[in-house]
Amino acid sequence: MDILLNWVETLPGAVGQGLVWGLMAIGLYITFKVLDLADLTVDGSICTGAAVCTMLLTNGVNIYIAMLAALVAGMLAGLVTGLLHTLLGIPAILAGILTQLMLWSVNLIVMDGRANVAISRFEYGDKVLISAGSTEIWTTLAILAGVIAVAIAVLYWFFGTEMGMSLRSTGCNLEMSRAQGINTNFTKVFGLALSNGVVAFAGSLLAQQQGAADINMGRGAIVIGLAAVIVGEALFQKKTTNFAIRLIFVVCGAIIYWFVFQTVIFLGLPSEYLKMLSALVVALFLGVPYMKKYVIKKKKNKKKEA
Amino acid sequence: MLEIKNIYKTFNEGTINEKKVFEGLSLTLEEGDFVTVIGGNGAGKSTMLNIVAGAYPVDDGEIIIDGVDVTNLPEYKRAKFIGRVFQDPRMGTASDMWVEENMSVADSRGHNRGVRWAIRGKDRERYREQLKLLDLGLEDRLTTKMGLLSGGQRQAITLLMAAMKKPKLLLLDEHTAALDPKTAAKVLEITDKLVKENKLTALMVTHNMRDAIAHGNRIIMMNAGKIVLDIKGEEKQKLTVEALLAKFTEASGAEFTNDRALLS
Repeated sequence: MDILLNWVETLPGAVGQGLVWGLMAIGLYITFKVLDLADLTVDGSICTGAAVCTMLLTNGVNIYIAMLAALVAGMLAGLVTGLLHTLLGIPAILAGILTQLMLWSVNLIVMDGRANVAISRFEYGDKVLISAGSTEIWTTLAILAGVIAVAIAVLYWFFGTEMGMSLRSTGCNLEMSRAQGINTNFTKVFGLALSNGVVAFAGSLLAQQQGAADINMGRGAIVIGLAAVIVGEALFQKKTTNFAIRLIFVVCGAIIYWFVFQTVIFLGLPSEYLKMLSALVVALFLGVPYMKKYVIKKKKNKKKEA
Repeated sequence: MLEIKNIYKTFNEGTINEKKVFEGLSLTLEEGDFVTVIGGNGAGKSTMLNIVAGAYPVDDGEIIIDGVDVTNLPEYKRAKFIGRVFQDPRMGTASDMWVEENMSVADSRGHNRGVRWAIRGKDRERYREQLKLLDLGLEDRLTTKMGLLSGGQRQAITLLMAAMKKPKLLLLDEHTAALDPKTAAKVLEITDKLVKENKLTALMVTHNMRDAIAHGNRIIMMNAGKIVLDIKGEEKQKLTVEALLAKFTEASGAEFTNDRALLS
């Protein structure tokens, strides 16, 4: 019984993690699903957001300004990837990797060469937007839910505008978009900037939630984000085509992801296995639809032969 | 309306796959011309359309649309003047977007896309009325995903989208080739209607000789990157498939080879 209670106690933390990573996954959704680009910049830009926010905060800047700066920094990172991709013709996936590597240096420089910068709770406890402490967990959850609601509302509005529509059609059909007068290079760059802005903003929340910015905090971020997107899509698939609801599903996906993780850790899986598990889960979810087609085809062929 | 002046285009220059498609291609379309284009395999019909649309640059020559030199304009900027329908019904529309969203994307062609809400009540009404003209029952399917529609329905909507902003030039690249004969006839009927109603200048590539003769006011035949026949007016109205084939052999000194054209 105690074990069960202990497990239940870990759940609010999982929801908190899920919400922050859910916001990150919303950013990833813009590139991965809307623009149909695999953008690896996010592994760097989430840390950039955390680093920029943390450094500004610990240098006496207001938290809201610090978070806004994180958003802008992320957008700049996306801009770099976008220009590498469109101006220099580097494949999107490689352009993202290049920017990610650049960001490693940038992030270290931002953090004054330190690998880890803490946000001291005694000094900044009343200055941060969300707290790292477990006592204020419910307030934190409420604030995070509010932030996500605003983000989804803004994105829902944006993707309903003419410009948003042009981003969606770019991801869906390049030839058609150009034939309809859309500058597809612009829409790609814009989408990458927007996506990384959201991701870096999530990074600024992550730093506050963890009480520190760490140079390694973005490692594998894309896999966690993808897991959220894929789990969200898989679980609630085909229920709706409404964009806002799809984004809510993505956030649910992130929360489920962290539920599962808190549980496997709770059950005693050593934490060094976690990244392996994340990657395997994503591989499984990505692979199943493909395998399904293959297996069904084989069955059909067998029937024909018989 | 359209002037193609002395175009040179070589693909894969300097490699063993080098292919000289055009060596001095010229063609002029008057305003209101509806030109059907027919020709053998690899004659350069589609390439000509793609070059006009700006899908790839030319090596030399000029392309002028309504007095504007567009030779150096990228594809998306030329879209202001041009409406296009492709051979593959999937190519002209975005499968994952709704019918009304696709139409809205076409509706924004030629002006800067800002943060104005894309589909408002009166836009929707306008789209509905335009769809009604197609007579395919699509006016009730504004919020259906494009990917769920049939090839013919998609091609009809693509046509509507291409004609929506009354382009200077309508480019149709074998846009009925992937459809069954009945649907193809319907789409061609819609094509005629839209061209007439909007007084469009059009260039229609087809592999079907009968269609090429039955539609438009002018027919051109291409062979090996050159225009070998150009028949308009009354003479075109009297053409038959046999006469056309004979003329082709006479003009090009070669048999007409287009597997699909001969089969249809």
